[in-house]
Amino acid sequence: MDRFTTLSAPAAPLALDNVDTDQIIPARFMKRSRAEGYGPVLLHDLRFDEAGAPRPDFVLNTPRHAGAKVLVGGRNFGSGSSREAAVYALWDYGIRCVIAPSFGDIFASNAVKNGLLPARVSEEDAATLLAWLDSANDTQLQVDLEACTITAGGQTIPFSIDPVRRTQLLNGWDDIDLTRERAAAIASFRTARAQAEPWAIAPPAA
Amino acid sequence: MSTPRTLFDKLWDSHVVAEREDGEALLWIDRHFVHEGSHHAFRAVAARNAGLAEPGLTFGVADHYVPTRGRPAIADAGIAGMVTQLSDNTARHGFRLYGLDDPAQGIVHVVGPEQGLTLPGLSVVCGDSHTSTHGAFGALAFGIGASEVAHVLMTQTLWQKKPKRMRIAVRGPLGPHVTAKDLALHVIATVGANGAHGHAVEYQGEAIRTLSMESRLTLCNMSIEAGARSALVAPDDTTFAYLAGRPHAPSGADLDRAIALWRSLATDEGASFDREVAIDAAAIAPTVTFGTSPEDALPITARVPDAPALADALAYMGLAPGQRLVGIPVDRVFIGSCTNGRLEDLRAAAAVLRGRRAAVPGLVSPGSTLIKQAAEAEGLHTVFLDAGLEWADSGCSMCVGMNGDLIASGQRCASTTNRNFRGRQGQGARTHLMSPAMAAAAAIAGHLADVRDYPPLER
Repeated sequence: MDRFTTLSAPAAPLALDNVDTDQIIPARFMKRSRAEGYGPVLLHDLRFDEAGAPRPDFVLNTPRHAGAKVLVGGRNFGSGSSREAAVYALWDYGIRCVIAPSFGDIFASNAVKNGLLPARVSEEDAATLLAWLDSANDTQLQVDLEACTITAGGQTIPFSIDPVRRTQLLNGWDDIDLTRERAAAIASFRTARAQAEPWAIAPPAA
Repeated sequence: MSTPRTLFDKLWDSHVVAEREDGEALLWIDRHFVHEGSHHAFRAVAARNAGLAEPGLTFGVADHYVPTRGRPAIADAGIAGMVTQLSDNTARHGFRLYGLDDPAQGIVHVVGPEQGLTLPGLSVVCGDSHTSTHGAFGALAFGIGASEVAHVLMTQTLWQKKPKRMRIAVRGPLGPHVTAKDLALHVIATVGANGAHGHAVEYQGEAIRTLSMESRLTLCNMSIEAGARSALVAPDDTTFAYLAGRPHAPSGADLDRAIALWRSLATDEGASFDREVAIDAAAIAPTVTFGTSPEDALPITARVPDAPALADALAYMGLAPGQRLVGIPVDRVFIGSCTNGRLEDLRAAAAVLRGRRAAVPGLVSPGSTLIKQAAEAEGLHTVFLDAGLEWADSGCSMCVGMNGDLIASGQRCASTTNRNFRGRQGQGARTHLMSPAMAAAAAIAGHLADVRDYPPLER
């Protein structure tokens, strides 16, 4: 997976609570393979009208925020369906970091596994960032994962992320390689489990 | 004397293969369910040229994209490809598939319990957020993303941080016509759509003990809508009675041994939770949602609230503050899904519909093919058909619309599903979540209605 250390990039505000993964990528687009790219369908129904034309007032369609690499959102970003395609859509569009007061658990886990940073800030700091993005001429902000800070418009605010996820992003480790080093422990666990709860390891046949 | 532990602690402890210094635990996975949407994970396995660690503990279920009408033909090539891709992957890796033509096919969260694959004390994962459903058996069950699905396929384990523990104690019995769905919506409205974030919820109390297995499954299913990582009900005689005779549940001496072990899973006296929530069952009425988050739920007797934060949601829903919920016209109803597609749900809807006609069209899709058969054996299908509703095959169907069962833009649906998100049932579709009996009442009235106004007719 991709490593994340620092990022200096333009940001866009998405001042909505509960932006669920059905909105980040509507279900009808999930048949596509990753090779086709998920960027064009990111936030599709908020970005485009039912005829497929861009909604001029949607933030990513405005000249000021097109091409943003950071998204600042509201409470409970990425809630709902476990679809990892929501992260693919953000990533393929070019988003590398989402800043919000809270995230859906599965979304945050999926994000980290793809190198995308879910940065948690206080409700107040999220509101400050959203207000700043509405008025700033230069929407560039800096994210430092080592220090867990965001610098925007000359102000620095802290963000939080689970320490394990932070390390994972900083190192770009692959879980599967780490797990394979534990093969012996897994094998002996399996043997013990087969003793303790045989039905767990060998589901009785119908 | 050892430290008292919660049900969740016991389940967690019994699955830890290894622990890292940073606190992450490597958990053993007993049951892994995959569906058509797991294609990204299989691609990751192929990219590593790897095989499956435990094909015998991996189960494929075709549900998200399967047709509910005119089986087995699938007109849309893209949708057909999704179903075929799952069959190909199960054949390649040699694990059991509950495919389109299987007599036990159905929705993954219905099939697992129905087949006795889901058992107390097991860990259960699936690349689907509603995997919390299986916790109704006292199983450690949670939804995962595609990268994690790939990890489980290749190692049968998963790195996880232990969630916090939350107890939701429901005091007193539920009132008449108040179901597990109403309780779930009430809980979500009380704690918020991310109120249980980072927590494993255990439901306790008199109301929970008297719930059937089907109702417990509904309650645990909806817990993800409160942001919970997983949900739990301690296994008891209701659980064991449900499991007896299931195709893949233990039997004979094994079952006796299992039940003794399962009884010991209950939360110990004095065990502590990180968070406590108390719910008064008597305060819960038949409940519906009005907005675009499951937390936007109120008793059917209420009015649409007036709050600036709801303006966008109400605009999407085409509702005005102050409007009475009863009387909001609906264009159609949907009865089904992993939330409310079980036999008990179909019976509850049929009890209201029997002898009555629906004023609007609707689709009834049983949670599994076996449930469909059982319902037909009781004649429930004729109740739905006589009422003017469509009786369909089993799948995720109109809960998520992936198979083409969609609601047109601007149309309003009274739905027994789990998510009223914008566009969930189709672009521009408006969803009101409710119990099967409430959806039946809405079908008859042609608008949101209070099921208590539709007592069963004399037969």
